[in-house]
Amino acid sequence: MTVSFEFAVYHEDYHNAGVASSEIKKYLTQIGLDPQLIRRIVICSYEAEMNVVIHSYGGKMVLLIDDNEIRLEIADKGPGIPNIELAMQEGYSTAPLSARERGFGAGMGLPNMKKNADVFEIASSPQGTVVKLAWVII
Amino acid sequence: MKVRDLLIDDSFRLTVEGNLDAEITGCYCGDLLSWVMSHIKPHQVWCTVLSHVNIVAVASLTQVSSIIICEDAPLEEATLNKAKQESINIIATSLTSAEVARRILNG
Ligand SMILES: Nc1ncnc2c1ncn2[C@@H]1O[C@H](COP(=O)(O)OP(=O)(O)OP(=O)(O)O)[C@@H](O)[C@H]1O
Ligand SMILES: [Mg+2]
Repeated sequence: MTVSFEFAVYHEDYHNAGVASSEIKKYLTQIGLDPQLIRRIVICSYEAEMNVVIHSYGGKMVLLIDDNEIRLEIADKGPGIPNIELAMQEGYSTAPLSARERGFGAGMGLPNMKKNADVFEIASSPQGTVVKLAWVII
Repeated sequence: MKVRDLLIDDSFRLTVEGNLDAEITGCYCGDLLSWVMSHIKPHQVWCTVLSHVNIVAVASLTQVSSIIICEDAPLEEATLNKAKQESINIIATSLTSAEVARRILNG
């Protein structure tokens, strides 16, 4: 059986930023997933959620859970990432001052996602960025 | 050490009360959220000069019971309200994060 949840994420909505990730964490805790795995999923989910808030026009996150896999797909409405290779480098950031003042903009979000997901895929065009993450449940 | 033991030191002002019986296993100092998110460990306290509302989500997602706002960094009302909701202790101090860390690690 597959369970799925969808969360909307809005541009520059710092006030509600993190709500989707909190809901995801709550649910994964309820179903009794290994805390170490939850930690890795939540790191990715928060980084992805904040990237949508900071860098995109808004988008959505979809969490899919089945018996042996957890998938998280984050899709936004643009403006896209012109150079993904560059964006993936640790320390690279185009975060605006308003985000940096809040402690974002270390340029570590995408590298953290790659490190903490079993599967990490990213595709981007001016129409939007899609990040697909997956974890195997052992 | 529990959070309430830390508060015996009057350099620390409890601004929002969450769970004072939470165990403290150490501390992490950092002001860049992506670093904090991936390196802080559950039950450590977090020392920072950040004070906007997003720090509460980071603490709650990483199972950190207490945020210590160092060097009297100005706190936002929204942060305090969110911390109340999430039961995160907010502790204010004029100390630097290095000095806070020294006091926590020396017990
Ligand atoms: N969804 C997105 N839409 C458009 N650009 C993005 C998106 N996600 C990331 N980027 C680009 O990739 C860069 C690197 O992203 P990454 O998450 O690694 O760092 P950051 O968000 O700048 O800082 P941090 O995540 O450490 O707070 C961003 O600065 C931005 O230029
Ligand atoms: Mg980021």
